[in-house]
Amino acid sequence: MIPGSFAYHRPTSVNDAIRLLADFGEEARPLAGGHSLIPMMKLRLATPEHLVDLAGIADLKGIRTEGGDIVIGAMVTQHEIVGSDLLAAKIPILREASLLVADPQVRYVGTLGGNVANGDPGNDMPAVMMCLGAGYGVVGSSGERTIPAREFYQGAYLTALKPSEILTNIRIPVPAAGHGFAYEKLKRKIGDYATAAAAVVVTMSGGTVATCSIGLTNVADTPLWAEEAARIVTGSTLDAATVKRAVAAAEAITSPASDGRGPAHYRTKMAGVMLARALASAKARAH
Amino acid sequence: MAKSHVSMTVNGKAAEGLVEPRTLLIHFLREQLNLTGPHIGCDTSHCGACTVDLDGKSVKSCTMFAVQANGADIRTIEGMAAADGTLHVLQDAFREMHGLQCGFCTPGMIMRAYRLLEENRNPSEEEIRFGISGNLCRCTGYQNIVKAIQYAAAKMNGVPFKEAAE
Repeated sequence: MIPGSFAYHRPTSVNDAIRLLADFGEEARPLAGGHSLIPMMKLRLATPEHLVDLAGIADLKGIRTEGGDIVIGAMVTQHEIVGSDLLAAKIPILREASLLVADPQVRYVGTLGGNVANGDPGNDMPAVMMCLGAGYGVVGSSGERTIPAREFYQGAYLTALKPSEILTNIRIPVPAAGHGFAYEKLKRKIGDYATAAAAVVVTMSGGTVATCSIGLTNVADTPLWAEEAARIVTGSTLDAATVKRAVAAAEAITSPASDGRGPAHYRTKMAGVMLARALASAKARAH
Repeated sequence: MAKSHVSMTVNGKAAEGLVEPRTLLIHFLREQLNLTGPHIGCDTSHCGACTVDLDGKSVKSCTMFAVQANGADIRTIEGMAAADGTLHVLQDAFREMHGLQCGFCTPGMIMRAYRLLEENRNPSEEEIRFGISGNLCRCTGYQNIVKAIQYAAAKMNGVPFKEAAE
């Protein structure tokens, strides 16, 4: 399969990239790791006339601490996330989720920025970012802004990103030391998107949940932030009856498609199962 | 569409050519450099038959444009054996342990195993299985591929190869 023709651009600064995207408008697409876009181009489901490769922009690389936040450059790969000692120590859910993204070869090339900006509801990182309360740093011709992950996703492949804007970094407030976390993903095989998946971050205080945040993957047109389910478990010991109520609240906000991964009602139930497992695992890891 | 000039190091030698931007790296390797070891299997970034080593990473060359690899250092299965024909320890291991049947997945499998062992000299069976999970084999059931990688790791570490009890 061979993609349609396009012109290739490799800018070395964010400003040059934005200028190219603004000049070519709807005909241009930014290229990150390319492991979503290139397969779409090979199927001719995407036919951009201009590709703006972001790989030559040094500012989009690197993982750094800024105050109480960790800032991850958009072009940081899943492989680099898996190998980061800083992230393993401060936000270990990222390593757990990254290892469940695609396969080793894709993780060497696939980027965090591409994963969150593409708007594919099957991608794993958006729900993790909603769970963590991350903000996306965005730069366009009219300047910079930060879009909360929880407000970014509008529909399948529809996001708050404007056509001439580039997502340049992901800013994540570091969760409290001793927090518990889990990303539980049900999939048919390695490399598959989730049938359903749940991201959980909790802090515990004397055996009860002090704070909780929950994200759900691939059970609606967008990733979901399960605010009500998290509210239900907060203040509880995660006893069976409370978890059951939280699972019901999470299932209630899902609206998955019936597809090869199973009928919609099954995928909704699996979202609940993943949430219950993630809550138990997160509690066990909290200290 | 105007062609772009690309140059890269492939198997230790300088290589260059003119490509359309849409030319995939696998097509550049196979059709312009005549390196037909990397295979086109699924053509959808699932099977790993097109895996090559690029700047210290295992990549699926069917999902990368040749222009993206401009300036890169690439190794394919053709670059594994020594100039005198002596097989690389991984190639020898796949032969000794019968790590292939039809052989179609083998170039990608060996290139992936090469990077896996570069990053982890002594992987467990589970780490090997996870490490090659982006490479599909439809013949072997993977048992002897895993065994071949364990055998190669033992040889590289200079320790005797011990087959796990069935």
